[in-house]
Amino acid sequence: MARVFAPKIATANDLLEGDVVYFTANGVWSRLHGDAKVAHSPEEADTLLKAAEAFPLQVVGVYLADVALSESGAPQPVHFRETFRTRGPSNYFHGKQAVLSHV
Amino acid sequence: MYSYNEFDESYVRGRVAQFREQVSRRIDGSLTEDEFKPLRLMNGLYLQLHAYMLRVAVPYGTLNSIQMRQLATIAERWDKGYGHFTTRQNIQFNWPRLRDVPDMLDALADVGMHAIQTSGNCIRNVTADHFAGAAADEIEDPRPTAELLRQWSTDHPEFTYLPRKFKIAITGSPNDRAVTKAHDIGLRMVRNEAGEPGYEVIVGGGLGRTPMVGHVVRDFLPKADLLPYLEAVLSVYNLSGRRDNKYKARIKILVHETGAEKLKAQIETAFETIRSELTGPDAELVAAIEAAFAPPDFDNTRSVAFEEAVAADPLLRSFVETNVAEHKNPAYGIVTVSLKPVGGTPGDASAEQMRVLADLAERYGHDELRVSHEQNIILPHVRRADIAAVHAELKKAGLATANIGLISDIIACPGMDYCALATARSIPIAQEIAQRFDELKLEHEVGPLKIKISGCINACGHHHVGHIGILGLDRAGVENYQITLGGDGTETATIGERAGPGFSADEIVPAVERLVMAYLNLREGSDETFLQAYRRLGLSPFREALYPQEMQSHAA
Ligand code: SF4
Repeated sequence: MARVFAPKIATANDLLEGDVVYFTANGVWSRLHGDAKVAHSPEEADTLLKAAEAFPLQVVGVYLADVALSESGAPQPVHFRETFRTRGPSNYFHGKQAVLSHV
Repeated sequence: MYSYNEFDESYVRGRVAQFREQVSRRIDGSLTEDEFKPLRLMNGLYLQLHAYMLRVAVPYGTLNSIQMRQLATIAERWDKGYGHFTTRQNIQFNWPRLRDVPDMLDALADVGMHAIQTSGNCIRNVTADHFAGAAADEIEDPRPTAELLRQWSTDHPEFTYLPRKFKIAITGSPNDRAVTKAHDIGLRMVRNEAGEPGYEVIVGGGLGRTPMVGHVVRDFLPKADLLPYLEAVLSVYNLSGRRDNKYKARIKILVHETGAEKLKAQIETAFETIRSELTGPDAELVAAIEAAFAPPDFDNTRSVAFEEAVAADPLLRSFVETNVAEHKNPAYGIVTVSLKPVGGTPGDASAEQMRVLADLAERYGHDELRVSHEQNIILPHVRRADIAAVHAELKKAGLATANIGLISDIIACPGMDYCALATARSIPIAQEIAQRFDELKLEHEVGPLKIKISGCINACGHHHVGHIGILGLDRAGVENYQITLGGDGTETATIGERAGPGFSADEIVPAVERLVMAYLNLREGSDETFLQAYRRLGLSPFREALYPQEMQSHAA
């Protein structure tokens, strides 16, 4: 049975900080999940992954993560691990959630 | 306390300088991530879920006040002001930046510490009884042996690329507080008929994917034969251990597949050869190490003021009952400082708290601190006369929680709040259980009960040997918690039994509550602990408490 394709984004960790980053449509890396470029087909996903892998001096461990799309088309994490990666640990207000609350 | 000799010092400095180079070559692109990753892991640097993590070795869990203060400084200067003490008696910093790590390692080297051999397929940090040198039930301080093993295993050419990581634990007491039966090699000090101290050697224990209790391969090994014997164990493992499958590469699988008896014979044969070639460590070295661990100058004056203070202060009394253990010197007590305040993160200490602990060790504790595998800090030598003063200082620093060995003294690995390998979170579950039993005010009524939580099958949270073990899994994209019961990490080591289907994050705390309530109803009296009741009754009444609906539908 052909599986339904889940939209995907490319994510990694920043080489210097270790923080979670997302690959954007502008070909740069962002700290915000909402900025991530979404691949809507297996072909787009391949292209996205190749493009994202071209930054070995900026990021580590690039991979594709499944997303769901909101009505406006914005990507939402599907797996709880990816949800945690968008904000940081649950025991302290550290990591992304703290940085984002300042912007 | 043992301090590094010149060889150690220049070796550690050399490694830091090397790593500094490697980091800059990674940043400028001369090293790829594939080339850099094994190098950073050899220096204790992991890339986790949200950030890098630096794992620092605390050999056999022993620290002095200068080292503890330096950990506080590192936490403040390069991290977020706290550190996390682990079940391997190590400390982890959760937020270092890549560029800062060489400076952190230099700061560690300044106090004789490092992050070497905290990762990779080598002999890892040797762990020891956290009451070593202080426990009333001790035959001998196991730390000189642990230090000898550290020197022997550090950068040992033959054992740097083992089939898999290799963990050794040692206890000097018949009461095993070091979980020796769940290590690749466990050493338990015993005496022979002539009254001489030696080791019982246990091989092939381990938790993780295939939990196993180790097998005794030698009832009594004379102290002088230790290194040749361990070389024999390692050489048999190095030769026959499986390298084809990561999940079958630990020595426990070799023991299981070969059979303990046969392996024992192979070890003995190898031992005969090695012993004739290798004449143990030289006596001078051993004597120097032993001298470094000589007991402090104990002050033997007893104090009645202490008994009076305990009688007058219920908080102090409760603290002494749960957190102070018997010392071999009757004028002293062993104080365990709980890093498990209700609602806190098990094993975390702030820089401020680390400084308080360092000050207390210096002022009242012969300058010694220990990290326990249960993620607490120990002041091993406190005069009973000073316990009230220590307690007062701990209280001010939020460190006086009187819960050692009780239901809220939970081991929890970092889980999916930090760990890249995790399948679910552990910390919030520990926090919720502690909060729930605090609301119920039942903790002291329930008595000794060890809950241990791991966020994946690797079992860093030792869940298999928890009286109640909790394993966090990912079941079809949802966090799910599996319960094991009846585990035990002491000299009567047992792997817990799986109780049944897992629970969701919302259901797990009520499930634990049902278990504990069932125990309170089932026990023969308040002297019968949870583990004893479980051993007497078996799984089924506890299963009924865990799955009431299932039981109803069976009855229908
Ligand atoms: S048990 Fe798993 S989740 Fe927990 S620290 Fe170990 S590897 Fe990470």
